[in-house]
Amino acid sequence: MEENCSPQAGAPSCLDERQGSIITAGRSKSRITCTTDSLAGSVSQRACVYCGARVVLNPVTDAAHLVHGPIGCATYTFDIRGSLSSGSEMYRNSFSTDLRERDVIFGGEPKLSAGIDEIVAKFHPPAIFVYSTCVTGVIGDDVIAVCRAASERHGIDVIPVESSGFISGNKIVGYRAAAEALVRLITPREGEIVERTDSVNFLGEYNLGGEKWVVERYLKEMGIPINVAFTGDSTVAALKRAPGARLNMVQCTGSMHWTAMKLEEAFGTPYIDVNFFGAQNTIESLQRIAEAWGDPEVTRRTEVLIARENAKIEQEIRKYRAKLTGKRAAIYVGGAFKAIAIIRQLKELGMEIVLTGTQTGKTEEYEYMSGLLSEGTVIIDDANPAELEKYLIEKDVDMMAGGVKERVLAYKLGIGFVDHNHDRKECLAGFEGAVRFAREVWVTTCSPVWSRIRSQADPPVTTEGS
Amino acid sequence: MLDCVPAGPLEHTTGKINPAKTCQPIGAMYAALGIHRCLPHSHGSQGCCAYHRMHLTRHFRDPVMASSSSFTEGASVFGGLANLKTSVKNVFAIYDPDIIAVHTTCLSETIGDDVPNIIRQCEIPEGKYVIHVNTPSYYGSHITGFANMCKAMVSYLAQSDGTTRKEQMNVLPGFVNPGDMREIRRIVDLIGVKLILFPDTSDVLDAPITGKYEMYPEGGATIDEIKDSGNSELTLALGSFASNDAADLLQEKCGVTGIPLKLPIGLKATDAFIMAIHDWFGVPVPKSLTIERGQVIDTLIDTNFQYQGKTVAIFGDPDHVIAMTEFVITMGMIPKYVLTGTPGKQFEEEVNKMLEGAGITGSRVKAEGDLFELHQWIREEKVDLLIGTTYGKYIARAEDIPLVRFGFPILDRAVHPLMPVVGYRGCLRLIEQISNALLERRDRDAKDEDYELIL
Repeated sequence: MEENCSPQAGAPSCLDERQGSIITAGRSKSRITCTTDSLAGSVSQRACVYCGARVVLNPVTDAAHLVHGPIGCATYTFDIRGSLSSGSEMYRNSFSTDLRERDVIFGGEPKLSAGIDEIVAKFHPPAIFVYSTCVTGVIGDDVIAVCRAASERHGIDVIPVESSGFISGNKIVGYRAAAEALVRLITPREGEIVERTDSVNFLGEYNLGGEKWVVERYLKEMGIPINVAFTGDSTVAALKRAPGARLNMVQCTGSMHWTAMKLEEAFGTPYIDVNFFGAQNTIESLQRIAEAWGDPEVTRRTEVLIARENAKIEQEIRKYRAKLTGKRAAIYVGGAFKAIAIIRQLKELGMEIVLTGTQTGKTEEYEYMSGLLSEGTVIIDDANPAELEKYLIEKDVDMMAGGVKERVLAYKLGIGFVDHNHDRKECLAGFEGAVRFAREVWVTTCSPVWSRIRSQADPPVTTEGS
Repeated sequence: MLDCVPAGPLEHTTGKINPAKTCQPIGAMYAALGIHRCLPHSHGSQGCCAYHRMHLTRHFRDPVMASSSSFTEGASVFGGLANLKTSVKNVFAIYDPDIIAVHTTCLSETIGDDVPNIIRQCEIPEGKYVIHVNTPSYYGSHITGFANMCKAMVSYLAQSDGTTRKEQMNVLPGFVNPGDMREIRRIVDLIGVKLILFPDTSDVLDAPITGKYEMYPEGGATIDEIKDSGNSELTLALGSFASNDAADLLQEKCGVTGIPLKLPIGLKATDAFIMAIHDWFGVPVPKSLTIERGQVIDTLIDTNFQYQGKTVAIFGDPDHVIAMTEFVITMGMIPKYVLTGTPGKQFEEEVNKMLEGAGITGSRVKAEGDLFELHQWIREEKVDLLIGTTYGKYIARAEDIPLVRFGFPILDRAVHPLMPVVGYRGCLRLIEQISNALLERRDRDAKDEDYELIL
């Protein structure tokens, strides 16, 4: 098997420059090299600033999302997220200025301006996010000025998102661009007063498969209403009420910590970290929220809820744990937050994590991650498929958790796969999500299809020429 | 979208709403995957490469490998020379392809990188190749990018050894699925003419699972084959938008006669494809193909009452849509709306000519359209059936019209990349899909007393 992985005999399995980006938990005390730019010529799994910004803002359901650039950037993000909406379906449309050669030569501002006018006339959205792309960044379109003028013309928020792809290959920079756009949207105009409410904002929650609704149900029982989520199932009007919340809880650290800090600075709203992936994380998060709320009745209700919900799933989880104990898992996802959550869940299922990595993790996150892992676990930053493949085989992995590009790679190697990307359709949050996740892991890890692959590799009938 | 499309008619003048096309580089990447042991390389930001790989992976459900120049702000200011040179060095060192096929992006085009000049400065290992194509995203569509990469294969690789022509034929298959390319090869093999098919993604993007991962699967046209295409007697260019440019260049550069044909989708276009080979080489059409053709006509007779006179909206890539329009006319259906996202007036001319020839009036035909526009047309006057890509599913649901999935991309169904729509077998599959879609709708809508066992 090995000779197929390294195409050239004697060739290095990875470039020397990449050595620092791969470490082994426990053994070495060396720090991982991360948050650097990808090497030119690598088959990176990373994306770009636009991609990061778009996934964060896309779930704002009643806004129009206008991509200012040639068509591709809009097409590849045409209704890509599994974020569900309880109301408007506006966000699922794909708007593009579709810049052509003459626009690139003479400037795209007139077309952007006309595009905004047309969207307002046809759809009357309460806000438009305008994403800049590589070309509009390079030709120097003044997107900010066009947005400001359009905003005045139409009396709605037209918010520029500075997401030219070349700014960085690291999606985190895009998350930040999105966060800046959100802060711009929710900052009250002069004289505007946002009413204070006894509620919580849920930052870094995208309502994939209805996950926000699960957490919302728990919090409702505890007696805490969710004001608005950033940005799952949110509306422009609801986001504008964000400054009125009493507490911010932050889930996806990669995209939302900065926003939480800004909100604290501007409106004095404190924030806490939460995580609803896996039963243990869910329990700890609910307790943390109750503690922050400081109401004994809320704490009592929280404990009742935890005891009841946890009892409901315990037997199911035990059933899956019996089947999965000792199986070997790999994780390669976008951010460290997600990786850490999955590590904890897989460990709860009795699995051994032998390989993990992220596209955008930071040094301190990798250090924390390393502490959760047993000695010998390989940790990779910004992996390329050749590296993933090498370690998936070397570590004899049974199941991988990752995104769309990793799925097909795992399948080709005869390895099970669980989707934990932002375009998944399954609700994996809370207690019921923990069961669903366990079931997904079991389905793929223990599928009978893998035994068929082994027979394919060694077919019963030898055909001519083989 | 769904109910978000406001009640029309509203004039749509600026940009695109719900596009029916994408950008050139992804087409170039797909074409390059049809060369054996080739690593496509995207000269631009990482996001482009990631998006193209993801999009192709979602359609084909197989790994798609491609490298990127990983532009950062510095490269965008000072040019991508260093990035491309480093890329070529790194790619050969670690991924070891036989050939790197570089395509540009809107970013590298706009900053004006002189790619051929950079390639000349690269250290290319003995026996290895680097080819390139300019694919600015703000011109044409993914089909243009595919066509341009095919042309680059000819300009870099094809060569004529002398005056004697080899008794062999080139086929440029167009932006079709690996299953289609496999079927084209099967048909030509049955006829018994030596074939150079390029690009050829069969056994690349539909390779069987073996439990091993092959970065470069067995398939793809070899460099030697593409070189040798300059010695062939004939090139069949399937689909004018995707294949004509490469065939023209092959004729100009190497003197290989090029014949432009439609994609062999549907009865007439498949006949034309087979007869072109028959006429040129003077070889008989094998009985097995005659039987297949007879089966198609037999099936059309068995099912014609199910779709005769039904109205249909067709959208997607121009070569696919043109061929499909011809086939539904053959089936007795009425192409009411025919739309492609790719620019090009010849699309409208060709479709209108077919409609005129069939005596069909009152249809709307448009190049460089989008799905917002198509939806508005359907709102104004409904059709019985929608044929197009996965993106049609919103219209299908909102307007309660059955959708037959056809073309690129199909993101919500599997198996299709392996199943041909070309050739006579493709005809059978399309008849089955169209007829089943209409029958399932009939079953769904039937009152209890009209719900029939035998249809």
